[in-house]
Amino acid sequence: MAARTASKSGQQRTSNIIVNGVLILICLLWTIPTIGVLVTSFRDSRDIFTTGWWTVLPHRGVVDAGEIKIAPDVDVNGPITIDGVTHTFAEWRQGVTMPDKRIITWYGNKRTRTLHVQESKWIWFGANLTLDNYKNVITGQDISYKDAEGNTIIRKGSNFSAAFLNSIAVTVPSTIIPILIAAFAAYGFAWINFPGRKFFFTLVVALLVVPLQLALVPILQDYTVLGLNGTYMAMWLAHTGFGLPLAIYLLFNYISTIPRDILESAFIDGASNFTIFTQLIFPLSVPALASFAIFQFLWVWNDYLVALVFLGDKNRVVTVALAAMVGEKGADWHLLTSGAFISMVLPLVIFFALQRYFVRGLMAGSVKG
Amino acid sequence: MASVRFNHVFKKFGDFTALNNLDITVEDKEFLVLVGPSGCGKTTALRCLAGLEDVTEGDIFIGENRVNDTPPKDRDIAMVFQSYALYPHMTVFDNMAFGLKLRGVKKEEINRRVNEAAGILGLEQLLKRRPRELSGGQRQRVAVGRAIVREPKVFLFDEPLSNLDAKLRVQTRAQISKLHQSLQTTFIYVTHDQTEAMTMASRIAVMNKGVLQQLDTPQALYDRPDNLFVAGFIGSPAMNFFDAKIRKADKEAFVEMNGFSMKIPANKAEKYMAYDGKPVIFGIRPEDIHNPEFLPSNINAAEVEAKVDIIELMGNEINLNLVSGTHNYVARVDPRTRFTIGEKVKLVFNMDNMHIFDPSLDSENPVAVR
Repeated sequence: MAARTASKSGQQRTSNIIVNGVLILICLLWTIPTIGVLVTSFRDSRDIFTTGWWTVLPHRGVVDAGEIKIAPDVDVNGPITIDGVTHTFAEWRQGVTMPDKRIITWYGNKRTRTLHVQESKWIWFGANLTLDNYKNVITGQDISYKDAEGNTIIRKGSNFSAAFLNSIAVTVPSTIIPILIAAFAAYGFAWINFPGRKFFFTLVVALLVVPLQLALVPILQDYTVLGLNGTYMAMWLAHTGFGLPLAIYLLFNYISTIPRDILESAFIDGASNFTIFTQLIFPLSVPALASFAIFQFLWVWNDYLVALVFLGDKNRVVTVALAAMVGEKGADWHLLTSGAFISMVLPLVIFFALQRYFVRGLMAGSVKG
Repeated sequence: MASVRFNHVFKKFGDFTALNNLDITVEDKEFLVLVGPSGCGKTTALRCLAGLEDVTEGDIFIGENRVNDTPPKDRDIAMVFQSYALYPHMTVFDNMAFGLKLRGVKKEEINRRVNEAAGILGLEQLLKRRPRELSGGQRQRVAVGRAIVREPKVFLFDEPLSNLDAKLRVQTRAQISKLHQSLQTTFIYVTHDQTEAMTMASRIAVMNKGVLQQLDTPQALYDRPDNLFVAGFIGSPAMNFFDAKIRKADKEAFVEMNGFSMKIPANKAEKYMAYDGKPVIFGIRPEDIHNPEFLPSNINAAEVEAKVDIIELMGNEINLNLVSGTHNYVARVDPRTRFTIGEKVKLVFNMDNMHIFDPSLDSENPVAVR
């Protein structure tokens, strides 16, 4: 028996190691590109084009370690001896690895009488990191250059901070409005008897399968008639509409699991449906609301298509601004990466702020147990 | 303070009849217990009274008011749920104050009532806690407290003790009885546990399959069950039933069972004369079967031979499973009894407390003949 439990726990440990190993591998695979973007965004623009981002990490690299001058009296046409190693000029040109691992290479032609010494050694954090890229992106520094006729042309850089504010103006209402509506709807579907309840709920759930792209053009036509094109209102309405089916479905699933007794007890205590919703359902649904809030926030924040179609170029959100940057400054990796990172900051903050609401056992203690 | 009346109430869920012509009048300040096996409709009756279910037919009165169409909050009732149904995100104080706040009771009054209820129930130290930080017994008391602060006309309890452990259940039972005495309000209490019903009730309504079987005081239910169901449901261990026949001989009457026969006491014989030769069901409670060594005085005893099958020592008594002829039955005898398993023994039935049920009218639930 003891042996069996021991082998069982051993098995468990092995499977734990495998599971953890796989998880770590997936996490690494997932985060390496992001880390690359993060590092690149802090690097000097010249460095970006000469070496990869990973060179900021400690690595073994070849570095210059001075020069060796050949004395004028040495005949450079014959074999040349340096530090006890003898080679011809042609061989020195190719570079020679010395017994002490130094690499010595003849520089230029025979007359220079100069050899470069390189050493392969560990390079620690020697990278040249800077905040300039972020300054550029956030403030939208002006770019000046001379055209063919010699006139100085000043062009406005992409102002990312404006895009950031636009994104907030689009995303926050587009997250809150559907949550409010969906919570009310989910409570109604879950707990209030009205004719056609099943039918309407099925209808809402069926809307989940309607692809967003299908509705873009018709909605755009309607917005044109209503004069909503390019307004924030257009974005709020669109995201609310596209977000509601999932929101209602998710919140319904959660709200319908709240024990019936609690609601009945509140009824007897004298609560109306509205009071029950605001005082019981809403506070008790916080985990579900938070998880949907994260979903919706990320979806709207990362949305490019809807923003491009309904908001257009007038009020660029971060995704559109980033895409535009690729066109305007295709080679400016230092700006692109810092822009990309700025666009990631807020979603990360939101995620970590709300994730503590994913607590299980919020209902603990209310009913038997 | 109010009486409650179910006036020929029917409740149907589709084809299923949960309440079948329920007709009960609960007097003011009475402690009525609705008891029956699960699915008998007792909880449905309570929910109809609370307004959580609509009745299909019939009327419900609280005091003088017909409340069929009154919403729960206006019925002036308070209900304690089996699951307690506390509001998990509120403190104990807020849980109790919730109903009062909704009714617009003044803050000082809320404080006074909640503190008073907490005092009665011993919850003073817990007012700041949340339900998840309470034990089962404490949660149950909070649920009761939430009902008390409302000062309703009628208290409804839906199996409030079934989630407590045995010891706590006995304590809480006594507490609820005391509460009833001090509050002097109508209590309606649903349970499937006949011990709870017997110990707490001023009257018990026994229900089965949506039909009221008998409504009487606990002692009367025990002594004079109206039918086989009530006789079998009240009392533990349950009453023994024997298929039997009545035989008349001159002025005497006998109960003939398969293998043995017993004389019906002279004062009772009269009413069974008419059943001569008819099949009946003879019922006797385990506590009315005695060891002849420890026989109480002044009873009409009838002797029977039996084989001891199982002996259960309970300390204060001994439960015997006995076999006589083709009949298996249980006796609860004096703890000094020294029988051994397999022994052939003589036992005595106290025929003063016998019951006869007549299956001719309702074969499923024969009616008592008195």
